[in-house]
Amino acid sequence: MNNDFLVFDHVTKRFGALTAVNDVCLTVTKGEFFSLLGPSGCGKTTLLRMLGGFERPDSGRIYLEGKDITDLPPNQRRVHTVFQNYALFPTMTIWDNIAFSLKLAKKPKEEIEERVDEILKMIQLADQAWKYPNQLSGGQKQRVAIARALVDRPQVLLLDEPLAALDLKLRQHMLLELDTIHDQVGITFLYVTHDQGEAMSLSDRIAVINRGKVEQLDSPAKIYEAPSSRFVASFIGDTNFFSGEIVSVDGDYCFIQCAGFPQIKAYNDRALKVGQQIDLSVRPEKIRVTLAPPPPEKGASINVFPSKVKDIVYQGVYTKFWLDSSNLRIAALKPHSRFLLDQEAITWNDDVFVWWHPDDGYMVPSEE
Amino acid sequence: MNNPLRTKRAEWLVTLPSFLWLALFFAVPAVIVLAFTFHGHDASGGVGAWGMETWRELVDPDYPAIVWNTLRISFEVTLWSIVLALPCAYAIARMNSKWRGIVAGAIMLPFWTSFVVRVFAWKAMLHPDGWLQACYLVLLRTRAWLFDWLPGFVQQFLIWIGMASAGPVDPASSTILDSEAAVVLVSVYTFLPFAIMPIYTAAEKFDFALLEAARDLGAKNFYAFRKIFIPGVRQGLVSAVLMVFIPAIGSYVIPQMLGGTDCVLIGNKIFMRAIQNRNIPHASALATLMAASVLVPIACAMWWKRRQDARDRRRLEQQTAKLIVAGVGR
Repeated sequence: MNNDFLVFDHVTKRFGALTAVNDVCLTVTKGEFFSLLGPSGCGKTTLLRMLGGFERPDSGRIYLEGKDITDLPPNQRRVHTVFQNYALFPTMTIWDNIAFSLKLAKKPKEEIEERVDEILKMIQLADQAWKYPNQLSGGQKQRVAIARALVDRPQVLLLDEPLAALDLKLRQHMLLELDTIHDQVGITFLYVTHDQGEAMSLSDRIAVINRGKVEQLDSPAKIYEAPSSRFVASFIGDTNFFSGEIVSVDGDYCFIQCAGFPQIKAYNDRALKVGQQIDLSVRPEKIRVTLAPPPPEKGASINVFPSKVKDIVYQGVYTKFWLDSSNLRIAALKPHSRFLLDQEAITWNDDVFVWWHPDDGYMVPSEE
Repeated sequence: MNNPLRTKRAEWLVTLPSFLWLALFFAVPAVIVLAFTFHGHDASGGVGAWGMETWRELVDPDYPAIVWNTLRISFEVTLWSIVLALPCAYAIARMNSKWRGIVAGAIMLPFWTSFVVRVFAWKAMLHPDGWLQACYLVLLRTRAWLFDWLPGFVQQFLIWIGMASAGPVDPASSTILDSEAAVVLVSVYTFLPFAIMPIYTAAEKFDFALLEAARDLGAKNFYAFRKIFIPGVRQGLVSAVLMVFIPAIGSYVIPQMLGGTDCVLIGNKIFMRAIQNRNIPHASALATLMAASVLVPIACAMWWKRRQDARDRRRLEQQTAKLIVAGVGR
């Protein structure tokens, strides 16, 4: 029963010729932190607005705790939204902003005061209660918007790119805070974002959305490690694609032939057959770059390819290498651990070896 | 570059022309009008010697009623204009830019025709054989019927402030032309664009996502409109009220042509004294009285508003202080 807390049942929404949401089925569990992740214009915000009641689907139904809420107006759903630009009422004080929904629900005065004070304390803005929204900083406004949406304990809290307007440091701070708040209130959060970092660090589960369709619905780790499509693999994090054909299968492993490149060994967890066209995705951080060949005890079981360093991009925590190997561009990340590990200094035009374990490559079906 | 003194001087230079203009065509004439009131008048229509006789003449039993009627009718006109302008401005602000241009143009269209011509057109529309007359009779009968339901003292009060009259409706003597209703109707028609435009300007800057937020938090459409939209455009509302109320107080063409003997406003009296009686000091005194009757209430309202704001602020600060103490205590 709990598993069917919030259900999108074959929901479709068109705007003119554009199909914003195309036959989407989703099920969100109660208390879950659920993210809708996708590039801008993929339909994730439309999904959220349909749940909020601001758009009506052309077909399909939306159920909340078993009740069909598809046709209910926004004010009759116990679903509140944290808007991207906060949408705090500028003519009201912070206190009145937060008390808005409670006053509408005609709660007794004492209860309103108690609950507003309680949540103000939770967001640590009790001393700002009498101020107006334009007197607050971005992060404070953000917290007020969350408090305002949470104060009357909705069934679901919708967050529409809530951190997009904040700078990086504040965003990281608010991420932690959001996580804490979610743990404290235990309300189901539905989080819309185009930022994979946000989605990965907060969510219990993520639905990756592309062109109005759910591409993959999984835990963050699954989505990163086992993407279901080339789109998911490339949208979530960086990756190297090797497009080719399976030329032989050997037990759990198979060999892939890419044009002009030596055969690559990869774990064949989908039991693909010889002759199938696939894209092999290998994340840059799983590729090692060394001047010397890998130690022989690693043996023939791993992929080793001689390459040339084309470009080096220093990024603080790690350095990104752009390598050329048989005319394929490969990106690899090398962490900086100056005094412990790799003492060797690799520089431009060095001849190096790139190597990775076959289990670190993941095959997705070829597109087109 | 950012020398404050130089900036100041530049500001002065830029604003000087408008200051001169205001001084020459507003401040100086206002002072002259005020000075005239302390003069008598002579038989040939000139301004006589200094003296208080004009102010003494002003004690006329007709005047309080006329001032009251002027204020009351201006208030009614303002109220109706705002009530009609608010949804209109809201609707225009929500249109796409193409329709916005068309509708805003349509609202401005009457200004391409002379005001006097338009008033004559209304005179024709308000003819006793027209459909507006029929509507007017229905309105009067409804009002008389409602009036009968009211308790006696309320009836007395309404008659006393001039909002109602006792007795049945007589169709023969109740013509909409030459009535107060005609003055209110045509005044609202005339001033409506002046009410719509400032509200529309404010509404255009209004963030309509706020209405969505209000509905999201459980507000019905009208509640969101009332609690979020109206406070959101209050700057525009204040300008709209002033833009309608002030010209309405001074209007004399509309009551002159459509109000008959039923509806004489202070503007008509000033016109009569100045042009027909050729008593400029008396007209000046009436004008001063009228200006005072507007300025005094506005000044009072501003003072009251400021006091109210200060009180609200204090109250909230006290609440906050209480909160902090409670927070520390826990």
